[in-house]
Amino acid sequence: MADSTFPVPGAIGAAAPRRQWSQTAFLAWLHDWVVTVDHKKLGILYMLYAIFFLLVGGVEAMLIRIQLIRPEMHFLSPEVFNRVFTMHGTTMVFLVGMTYIFGFANYLIPLMVGARDMAFPRLNALSFWLTFFGGLLLYYSFIGGYGLYGAGSAPDTMWWAYSPLTERAFSPGHAPDYWALSLIITGFGTIGASINVIATALCMRCKGMTLMRLPLFVWLNMVTSFLALITVTPLTAAQVMLLIDRYLGGHFFDTQAGGSALIWAHFFWIFGHPEVYVLVLPSFAIANEVIPVFSRKAIFGYPAMVAASVGIAFVSLGVWAHHMFSIGMTSVGNAFFVLSTQLVGIPTGIKIFNWVATMWGGKIRFSTPMLFCTAFLFQFLIAGLTGIILSVAPWNWQLHNSYFVIAHFHYVLVGAIVFAIFAGIYYWYPKATGRMLSEKLGKWHFWLFVIGFHVTFDTMHIPGILGMPRSIFTYEADRGWGTWNFIVSIGGFIQAIAVLVFAYNLIYSYFKGKSAGNDPWDAWTLEWATPSPPPAYNFAEDPVVTSRRPLWDIKHPEDPDWRYE
Amino acid sequence: MLTEPYRCVKWSVKWFLFLFLFLASQAIFAEGPQSTPSIFAPASTPANSIYELSLFVIAITGGIFVTVGSLIAWAAFRYRQHGQDDTSEPAQIYGSTQVELAWTVIPILIVVVLFLTTARVIFAIQDAPKPKSALDVTVVGHQYWWEFNYPKLGIHAVNELHVPLSDADHPTPTYLTLLSADVMHSFWVPQLSGKTDLVPNKVNHLWIDPHHPGLYVGQCAQFCGVEHAKMLLRVYVDTPEQFAAWVKNQQQQAVNDPKVAEGRHVFETQACMNCHTIAGTAATGRFGPDLTHLMSRDTLASGATTNTPDHLREWIRNPDTFKPGSLMPAMQLSDQQLDQVTAYLSTLR
Amino acid sequence: MSSVAVAQAQAEAWVQPSKGRVAMFCLILAESAIFTIFVVAYIYNLGKSLYGPTPQVLEVPIWNSIFLLSSSLTIWLAERAVEHGKIKVFGLWWALTFALGTIFLVGTGVEWHKLITVDGLTISTNLFGTTFYSLVGLHASHVILGLIALLVVLLFTVTGHVREEHAERIQVLALYWHFVDAVWIVVFTVVYVIGR
Repeated sequence: MADSTFPVPGAIGAAAPRRQWSQTAFLAWLHDWVVTVDHKKLGILYMLYAIFFLLVGGVEAMLIRIQLIRPEMHFLSPEVFNRVFTMHGTTMVFLVGMTYIFGFANYLIPLMVGARDMAFPRLNALSFWLTFFGGLLLYYSFIGGYGLYGAGSAPDTMWWAYSPLTERAFSPGHAPDYWALSLIITGFGTIGASINVIATALCMRCKGMTLMRLPLFVWLNMVTSFLALITVTPLTAAQVMLLIDRYLGGHFFDTQAGGSALIWAHFFWIFGHPEVYVLVLPSFAIANEVIPVFSRKAIFGYPAMVAASVGIAFVSLGVWAHHMFSIGMTSVGNAFFVLSTQLVGIPTGIKIFNWVATMWGGKIRFSTPMLFCTAFLFQFLIAGLTGIILSVAPWNWQLHNSYFVIAHFHYVLVGAIVFAIFAGIYYWYPKATGRMLSEKLGKWHFWLFVIGFHVTFDTMHIPGILGMPRSIFTYEADRGWGTWNFIVSIGGFIQAIAVLVFAYNLIYSYFKGKSAGNDPWDAWTLEWATPSPPPAYNFAEDPVVTSRRPLWDIKHPEDPDWRYE
Repeated sequence: MLTEPYRCVKWSVKWFLFLFLFLASQAIFAEGPQSTPSIFAPASTPANSIYELSLFVIAITGGIFVTVGSLIAWAAFRYRQHGQDDTSEPAQIYGSTQVELAWTVIPILIVVVLFLTTARVIFAIQDAPKPKSALDVTVVGHQYWWEFNYPKLGIHAVNELHVPLSDADHPTPTYLTLLSADVMHSFWVPQLSGKTDLVPNKVNHLWIDPHHPGLYVGQCAQFCGVEHAKMLLRVYVDTPEQFAAWVKNQQQQAVNDPKVAEGRHVFETQACMNCHTIAGTAATGRFGPDLTHLMSRDTLASGATTNTPDHLREWIRNPDTFKPGSLMPAMQLSDQQLDQVTAYLSTLR
Repeated sequence: MSSVAVAQAQAEAWVQPSKGRVAMFCLILAESAIFTIFVVAYIYNLGKSLYGPTPQVLEVPIWNSIFLLSSSLTIWLAERAVEHGKIKVFGLWWALTFALGTIFLVGTGVEWHKLITVDGLTISTNLFGTTFYSLVGLHASHVILGLIALLVVLLFTVTGHVREEHAERIQVLALYWHFVDAVWIVVFTVVYVIGR
């Protein structure tokens, strides 16, 4: 397909006809992408958006690491630094984390359940464009508004936007307004996309696909979407309250009028904690597909995996105040949240054990997707353990708001989620484009990234233990944090190079990659029964399935899955 | 290529061993205050309880890491595909009730043990009964400085907290009541205690009983605005004699040296007294720090710079030199006024 | 694949939930979360106002509530009518639902007018004002959205475009209206019963 551009609707596997490059053709092509309601195109749009903002957020991270590489640096002023780290967090969580979810989900769920499209294609498009414009509004803040210290109006109060710092009295500019408004808009996009995922998974399955035969990818995205519905909305509510305070003279968080700083913290974390599960469950979804295929074994303990996922979602709703151990709750309150937080570790641990058991006794092929997934497994284990450490409230009184916490959550967000995203892209890119990503570049990408990741985030735990708090634009030279910060920054630069290799791989392989065929990985779920890329209608005939791995049954008629399920 | 993941794991394990030994060394060599405020160098009971609990937790999590990590590494190594052309599929195992039950029950037991141990320390620290010999200090957080009031002693200190040494046999802990005048802050001196937030419209508490005299450092640990990074803490743990001397000095009115009367006049006629208090003069402003004993402090602007006449003059001329975004405006004084007011303030011991 | 298994799968009827209903339930779930946060903020702030009017200035809107809650009954009757193809009857009950909802909104407006001009209570007066107007206002805004949707369907009915096969879609919309009424029961209890 050397001469085609993005998958053309209706193409069936073989090379599309050579496209005449003219302005009308280009405009027609662009128009097609802008008005599309096709889940595959919208999935790709979400992914391109996520990758773009991963790069932007990455640049912000590099700016932070340059400023912190030595003590008392003057690379960024405190005003600019505070905006950069706030935008880094907000971007990565909302514009990368919340978008990659729907990128993968939109592209794959209809294919995996044997449907023609998502349940509500137009709602799908609306949700994407709401998210898109919300992100644009957030970034417009750098140049729009009258800017407070001559550094634009980008949000600068941490991605948690604690009150009363965000009230008019302490933030007279427009920074919190951009933060609240842009996230309210992307929040509506998230609600729409979540409704779509649930409706598709529950109502559009092909014949024979009972809920207990759904691919775990679909299960996990469905659980994520349910969780997102009641996770994102508390944030929307709190942000509306903040805007009422700032514009209508309200007093929700106005401590001078008897309002409460505490209640913002509660509302934010009632959103914030389940939010991190919304971010991480789809990475489990990817692992649940990649690990079995590359271990050449069915996933171990499918029913337990379903139960554990649902369990994680429920328990995660009751742990939020472990972000607030130092805010002055009673000893009983603190103890309760220690218990609930440690309980969520149990279903999470079960998932890790199930993945290891899947690999056990297998014939593991270490292609790039599996390299990323193996690292994911190892790193998620460590992230979970530092999470257990942080759940111990007294120890949390020391570690809260220190670089130890930053190390912990980057271990989850980068070490687990970004690694899983890379695994998923290497795994499904052939399906979406008909080309394989270069294995050689993939291995360079992997090794550079995993080394850079460990250099940065293993080391980062140390300054936390040595008393370095977060959100500081610089630190004293005599605190002994300088060397550690230097090492952390170096690792950051290595990761940046790795991501550039990845971006190059994406583009290079699109034009020069090996042709993929329908099923390059010898996999077992329905999407591999379509051409690569699939035609607009996905399946020429509605599939009928009788087990969890329909293609295994076809490839192994002597030993089909439905005998054992 | 086949041994890549195995090598990666071996490398990571080496890295972690190094980390662990480093952390352990912090404790081995730690005694008394140090310039690096390590949480593994406790010098007070709350910090010490946390440290001991943390060793227990590291043991458990370390054990889990070694066990599960080895299983992952072993699975990746032992069950990798041998020979590229081997297309036969391994035995398909769908689950095992006994194994799954075991690895559900064992984590539950670990959680129970961990929770009970943790709860005990929570109650020991938070609900510790307050002895009669405790010293009360009210801490008020401001953007970007600390106010320390000793109500029973009539002292209004700023940025540098002096507390008495506490003897294990006759404890004299210091109980801090934490308030905020504006936004959320957090009091964190790692060697003395875990952090507790200063929340506007809420009263929080923290206690310390330092066992070794000296200077302990920390800083505000909840983002509070532009100069959050420069809201530093200095806690001076004094011997009984040192503390008594310090208290006596702080209780005095401001030094009134007639040689610097012009400087005092500048202070009282410019807008300085709108924000600052100097005990025994007409200046009773409460927005900014109390300057009565400015020269008894080692640093200016909560640690933004050292307290020397040059730095003091520069601070008054333009606070943004040391702390851009601090809420003190540049007062646009002439050079002569600056010299005079600096000379005056330099007498306020 | 064994032909037995395939034949079996094809013989059983393949029934899945209606996607419109599932979607509406999801929307209701999300909206409930938003309302819960505002209710929690209201309850948390009870008695915390430092000055200004207290909840004692509220008059319990009995009639307004009766109007709104009976609109749930009328919309239910409308649903039953369209199920059986009785479009004219459907139109009447639907119009009555719309009218009852509008009366509720007008009643709320009258109540707020009294609170603002007589008692001096606005959203910026004190904590009570902020939380009261936010919560009741959030509910009222959802009533407005519902009324707009009801009006659109009413126009379609009057121009003869609604038929028996639209019954399911109408039931999905009615679900939203029932939700709005259910939320009012909660808001009413919290604000006018417990809060006073």
